[in-house]
Amino acid sequence: MRYMLLINSPESHYATLDADQMGELMGAYGTFTEDLQKSGAMLSAERLQPTSTATTVRVRDGKAQAVDGPFAETKEQVGGYYLIDVANLDEAIAWAEKIPSATYGSIEIRPIWEPDDPQG
Amino acid sequence: MFRAEYGAILASLIRFCGGHFEPAEEALADAWAVALDRWSAEGLPARPAAWIQAVAKRRLVDGMRRRRVHADKVDDLRLEQAGATGGDEIVAEADAFPHDDRLRLIFTCCHPALHHDAQVALTLNTLCGLRTLEIARAFLVREATLAQRLVRAKRKIREADIPYRVPPPELLLERLPAVLGVVYLVFNEGFAATAGDALVRRDLCSEAIRLGRVLTELMRAEPEVHGLLALMLLHDSRRDARTDGAGDSSCSVTRTGRRGTARRSPRASVCSNTRSRCVAPARTRSRPRSRPCTPRRVAPRTLTGARSKLSTTP
Repeated sequence: MRYMLLINSPESHYATLDADQMGELMGAYGTFTEDLQKSGAMLSAERLQPTSTATTVRVRDGKAQAVDGPFAETKEQVGGYYLIDVANLDEAIAWAEKIPSATYGSIEIRPIWEPDDPQG
Repeated sequence: MFRAEYGAILASLIRFCGGHFEPAEEALADAWAVALDRWSAEGLPARPAAWIQAVAKRRLVDGMRRRRVHADKVDDLRLEQAGATGGDEIVAEADAFPHDDRLRLIFTCCHPALHHDAQVALTLNTLCGLRTLEIARAFLVREATLAQRLVRAKRKIREADIPYRVPPPELLLERLPAVLGVVYLVFNEGFAATAGDALVRRDLCSEAIRLGRVLTELMRAEPEVHGLLALMLLHDSRRDARTDGAGDSSCSVTRTGRRGTARRSPRASVCSNTRSRCVAPARTRSRPRSRPCTPRRVAPRTLTGARSKLSTTP
């Protein structure tokens, strides 16, 4: 079963970290990613640029509109993801708990919609 | 028979369906309809529960064959094996209710990924066989709302792949309190009902005690489980003394032991002693001291948060 682990965290958090703390966080992410790869569960992972670089597109009444910034003002923003393949939700939760950002942000676990899943 | 065996039969059927609730429930409902029809004409079979389970299982096998849901060879082989057994053999096989099926069911219903209200509703619906309307009354919500809640929860179990199993040891201590909490909420709802005319809902109290008993049978070494059963039995022993002849709440000062349901009390003492003998309560193992079950914990905590209608007489 494939799951997307969406990493939500307050972007403002990173501004409060000094170089050492940032290095420590990146090191923790490196270790986590390595563990995930070794287990064979990792399909892909990416870190995203902050929402200040985001562009939001909507099409209304046939007219496309591209605007600056994220969709809504929220405290936490999606900062990256891991796409994993594990046996069940319990295993996905176990990996999500180990993501370093889970200690100051949150991890949303979403099952991937497989082609044979019912619509609706 | 229906209430007592429903959860056990359903639990084993869900396992047979690979952890899927809906087909198991449909097959059980079908089998129940066949049973009512057949039994009224032919009389009760020797083992009614096993009979119903066997019929439901056959329905599932037939359904799987027709739809070819599981097309791969392994599943075909399994169907061949299940279909090849004769009637008596199926009944004999069905007769053995593996206890851990019910445990699997309650741990799945109380999975932390499900909303708390959904955990309680699912447990009552699947393990206790309570109908949607009965649960909706307990929750003070419309039947349609409750039905929707159950559908959503079952859908999440299926689509997020919440495993149908007793959690492995490393997760067990973390997950057990949710299960005990749900059982205790069911009891409390019965002890000081927020819905209906009666102060005490005996059906809910009995269901909770029955679940508590099942848990003690299945997890004999778990002290918290025995403690919870002891607590429920002790309070249940005072059940009849809590109301006067007219069914109104009676003041504790005027209560006498006369109306106490004394027969449950010895069992409560046994449970309580068993709990004391067990090593340390699961929930408190990581803490320095165990928290005793004191009457304080009985303060009515309701399913809905609505005020309980305790009206003490002066």
